Amino acid sequence: MIARVIESASPRALALLAVVTAALLIAPYLVDSYVLSVLIIVLYFAYVGQAWNLMLGFAGQLSLGHALFVSLGAYTSAALFIKFGVPPVIGIFAAIAMAVVAGCLIGYLGFRFSIRGVYFALLTIAFAEFTGIIVDHISWLGASSGLFLPVKNQQSNDLLNLRGSPTMFYYVILALTGFAFALCSWLLNSKLGLYWQAIREDQEAAEASGVPLFRYKMIAVAISSGLTGIGGVWYAFYYNNLFPETMFKTSQSVEIILGSVVGGVGTLFGPILGAFVLTPLGEILTAATDGMHLDGVKSFFWGFCVAAIVLFRPQGLWPWIYDVLGLAPKKEGKR
Amino acid sequence: MSGGLYLNVAVSGLLTGLIYGLSALGLSVIFGVIRIVNFAHGEMMVLGMFATLVLFRALGIDPLLSLPLVAAALFAFGYLLQDLMVRRVAHLADHMQFLLMASVAVMLISVCLMMFGPDAQNAQVSYGFDSFAIGPLLVDKVRVYAGIAALIVSGLLFAFFHYTPTGKAIRACGDNYTGALVVGLNVRRLYALTFGIGTACLGAAGAIMLLLVDVHPYLGPSYTLLAFIIVIIGGMGSLPGALLGGMLIGVSEALAGVILQPSLKSAFSFGLLILVLLVRPQGLLGKVSR
Repeated sequence: MIARVIESASPRALALLAVVTAALLIAPYLVDSYVLSVLIIVLYFAYVGQAWNLMLGFAGQLSLGHALFVSLGAYTSAALFIKFGVPPVIGIFAAIAMAVVAGCLIGYLGFRFSIRGVYFALLTIAFAEFTGIIVDHISWLGASSGLFLPVKNQQSNDLLNLRGSPTMFYYVILALTGFAFALCSWLLNSKLGLYWQAIREDQEAAEASGVPLFRYKMIAVAISSGLTGIGGVWYAFYYNNLFPETMFKTSQSVEIILGSVVGGVGTLFGPILGAFVLTPLGEILTAATDGMHLDGVKSFFWGFCVAAIVLFRPQGLWPWIYDVLGLAPKKEGKR
Repeated sequence: MSGGLYLNVAVSGLLTGLIYGLSALGLSVIFGVIRIVNFAHGEMMVLGMFATLVLFRALGIDPLLSLPLVAAALFAFGYLLQDLMVRRVAHLADHMQFLLMASVAVMLISVCLMMFGPDAQNAQVSYGFDSFAIGPLLVDKVRVYAGIAALIVSGLLFAFFHYTPTGKAIRACGDNYTGALVVGLNVRRLYALTFGIGTACLGAAGAIMLLLVDVHPYLGPSYTLLAFIIVIIGGMGSLPGALLGGMLIGVSEALAGVILQPSLKSAFSFGLLILVLLVRPQGLLGKVSR
């Protein structure tokens, strides 16, 4: 499979991929702790963006409630760790199960009752907000005052319990991002991926050609929510605190999808590129508006940039950069 | 005694629900005709509330009297927004339209934050603490005025869409886009008018709402979600449905706040939304399309 990808890509694209991969692998030894913390957030959004993109970009199902899957993964693994001492390396399976069950429930209801497009997106928002309000009232999970993981100042990195230095979290999220990328590129070219793309392009035509819509849409939701749930486990152990009024909110879902949309929905590199553009942009804006004592200036420019991208680069940045850098393989023409 | 309490709560919930309904009308008009979901809905309403607050503080104009001014200002805002920006994303996928409206929402929050700061503010009118007593029923004066104002504005809107040539032309665009083009309607102008009318509803709803609640920049998203719930329950694109949905949510939220806990009332609304989406996705008064 890898051989086929390498064969089909242009030398220039392969060189770029190699350089970026190498740079990411040695980054913690080159940059200071601030830049490392930004890179960690970039990779987190690249990872969850990739997971979200699988559902909309590949299978054509718009979810605006992915905060639910992050939160379920985070709360499940954190609660198991705090209350029962279950290490995240085991808790992650419970976290995936919770996220997948929630995803399948929403998917089942949505697809069975043929709720489509905007209505399906609103259903995902409703489930996320609803669950958030319920968790806000469960005192066992800390309710509205939040759930906290014990923070010990320890010298060694404990990978099994996900306790350690930022560098360890960096490599964990880098591995996850690489894994999600590999999985998505494999899925996209598999029979499953072709079925998804058929559904995305024209649901009626796909159904008429004998693609079992319900089954393949459910598989897309299950994989997407499961991957997002894994991201939630990482999130819980990296940030060490969880609040329902931020975790389950639509604004959190928007943050998850933003990178993919800006980078290019339905492309493999889009979510990664989008995260690498947006997170540093936010940091630069914070630095630039730091001394101005004006609330809202930063978020205004942020909104302005996103609106500009929607209006002027509606296909996302990746297809554009792909052309500008001349990454398309010469013989086959454009993909 | 407790029966009287529930009746009081239900009546005040009903009156608040009328304002919810008016605001949801703004969402419904825009979706019904232009097929765009206004994800900046709540933020535009908050803009209307702040505009009303400015008129109240600077010139001492009662929120109910400044209603036409605020509605006109938001009409202009919506008209220009549609003609300059939203029109250009009409052919794009749902998620791109969503993102454009979400970024408009972020910019509106930021502008309010820059101009008014993050604290909650209100317009204290002279009749703020008065109330009407009808038998065992005790209703706040502001709530009665607010409900009546919302009803009047909604009535004007119905009249506009049913009896004026422009209103009928707008409905024609919503029913059949190609047909409207064929008979020579200026669809671009009518779409801008529609968006303007939708946001004018929000301006009016915002002006009325300022009588009942304190305003702060982060109020928007909860109003957006509330309007989604109302419009889906009533039926997307159905004007009476929006008003009915508003009253239903107003009463059920008020009662849920008393019977359960105030903080659980929106969980109740979301539960109702999920139920309606599954049992009757076209909404209570919606037509089945296609």
